[in-house]
Amino acid sequence: MGYVAVKGGSDAIENSLELVEFYRIRDSITPIEIEQIKFQLRLAVDKVMGEGGLFTPEYAAIALKQAEGEVFEAAFILRAFRTTLQRRYYSETINTREMFVKRKISASFREIPGGQILGPTRDYSQRIMDTKKASESTADIQNFLQQFESKVDNNTLKSIKTYAKVIDLLREQGLLKPIDKKENKQLLDITREAIKFPAARSARLQMLARAETGGLMAMGYASMRGFGSVHPTVGELRYGSVPVTVKDPSGKLRYIGKIEVTEAEMINGTSSSKKSEAALYTIGYGLCFGQNDTKAICMGILDTTMRNPDSNQPANDQEFVLYHTEGIESMGFTNHLKLPHYVTFQSSLKNVREEVERKKEVVPA
Amino acid sequence: MVENNKYINKYNFAFIDEATKKEIRRKLLKAVAIPGYQVPYSSPEMPIARGWGTGGLHVTLAIIGKKDIFKIIDQGSDASVNACNLRNFVQSMTGVKTTFDTSEATIIQTRHRITEEELNENQIFVYQVPQPEPLRSVERYENKTRQMHGEADYAKMWVALYEQFVSHGDIMLGAGYPVKVNNRYIMAPSPIPRWDIPNLNLSKAMHLFGAGREKRLYAIPPFTKVEPLEFEDIKFHIEDFKGSACSKTGYKKAFLDEMYYDDGSTNFVINDSNFLDKLSEKEQPTQHENKYINQIAE
Repeated sequence: MGYVAVKGGSDAIENSLELVEFYRIRDSITPIEIEQIKFQLRLAVDKVMGEGGLFTPEYAAIALKQAEGEVFEAAFILRAFRTTLQRRYYSETINTREMFVKRKISASFREIPGGQILGPTRDYSQRIMDTKKASESTADIQNFLQQFESKVDNNTLKSIKTYAKVIDLLREQGLLKPIDKKENKQLLDITREAIKFPAARSARLQMLARAETGGLMAMGYASMRGFGSVHPTVGELRYGSVPVTVKDPSGKLRYIGKIEVTEAEMINGTSSSKKSEAALYTIGYGLCFGQNDTKAICMGILDTTMRNPDSNQPANDQEFVLYHTEGIESMGFTNHLKLPHYVTFQSSLKNVREEVERKKEVVPA
Repeated sequence: MVENNKYINKYNFAFIDEATKKEIRRKLLKAVAIPGYQVPYSSPEMPIARGWGTGGLHVTLAIIGKKDIFKIIDQGSDASVNACNLRNFVQSMTGVKTTFDTSEATIIQTRHRITEEELNENQIFVYQVPQPEPLRSVERYENKTRQMHGEADYAKMWVALYEQFVSHGDIMLGAGYPVKVNNRYIMAPSPIPRWDIPNLNLSKAMHLFGAGREKRLYAIPPFTKVEPLEFEDIKFHIEDFKGSACSKTGYKKAFLDEMYYDDGSTNFVINDSNFLDKLSEKEQPTQHENKYINQIAE
């Protein structure tokens, strides 16, 4: 009794999962190595780690392989994996002034301390299809690497140091607006406690750091086009690795490794409310795992919009921005529409049918 | 490359770690203490998509013990694919016995239905909730709806119901009809049909609601008053099947599914799969009693 039907559901799932596996590998039987994904699909791995909220290139690469390259799905797998890990420590605040800088640019000054360093970026490339990639061989790669390495001077490599920040220049000159005393500076943890509104800045930045890049971009772009109040200048955008430390039980700081991050400090003009006060600059802050300029920049824009609530500007609205850029949740809910809804539909069907009858009575056809 | 043994996965009983389970149970106790009040909770990520029953899973996994007997339905059916997937997950993470038999289960997780068979004092009914906020249709900001609940300021909701009556001749809410719990909080009963709403009132079982994506838990303790919102002159009513009977059993007093066939014909079948099975086997399961169902002629 009932058993046959239920067996049907379970069988359907099993068969579907088998098909997924079949589709993943049917036409190309050379397995992609995790190492290859980790390094050659570096930016996809970065995105998955950022949205998954866990810095782990290897597991992100496995998730990408498992999900056939679907970044949303891979980030989701990583998030679910994260839940199963026990939290032993909170790290100390990372200091991006200690960053081993791989890229560092400012749009606000022609020259900045340490100079403009493009680093690895496609910004100034022509997006012309490189058909040679189709026939790239191991020999090609080796040739390139050999040539590349011959140009590197080991002596100058060792002399790389850390760099002062652009915003320090502004702060020294007294051009940055001091932090509002009324601002909620509580340090919350959005993974342990549901976000409440109005949310503290710490909670907002955490939400943004795990948000989906495309969602952030849509909102950030909307802000600049007129559906928000912020159109900033890149004060500084840097990408590189930073050390992470935790405090052991004796209170000693312990270095546990380094993570790669992109950091954006976006400069905004303000208007002052009092005549006696000068209109100083404010900084919108963005920080995310890996190399992801778009995400860090848009996070920087939205940090500022949300500090200036304005009900007429969608991008300035905390609830609107934070709830709807959360990729794992948005993806889950939009896809849940595929679940059967025949009971709820039956319920509304009755209402509509009855109304049609009622309207017929009022206006005879 | 890292050694392969690095990737071995071990999971705690019921998947979620003990500290988080405890947190969820604490929040559930608060929910039970304040019937109908939405309690924010951590809502850890599950290996099930948001919007696919994560809130229900959090509740089930936080309260389940090794001796529990677990049943899960979706749209009233044990066979629905998502119910099968969640059943497999709970079973594989706990090893508990699962069942389709409503009366045998100690924990019943559901999406969009209450079983036709009456629930008893030893059962906990767990709802998967997509939108925990009954006021969301009249007020989009969470910040404001929490304040409205705090002040029991439900004027906007009443006006919305009235406006529906004025423009459509009836309150057009279908599934998820808002209720008032224990004379205090207006609560979203999750998208169960109106048919099921009266069965929440003074129920012998404990009803726990989990909204994972929205990170809220709430509860209706046993024997709590639950009333659908209605006016003195415009009353709540359940779905009307206009005397239609189940094509398999001839039974009329159950929520029916409208079936369409290749030859263009239609008929009705009892929605609750276990209830249908029992009636087909000539068993006589005890049904919920309420004035709306009692009015239906045999």
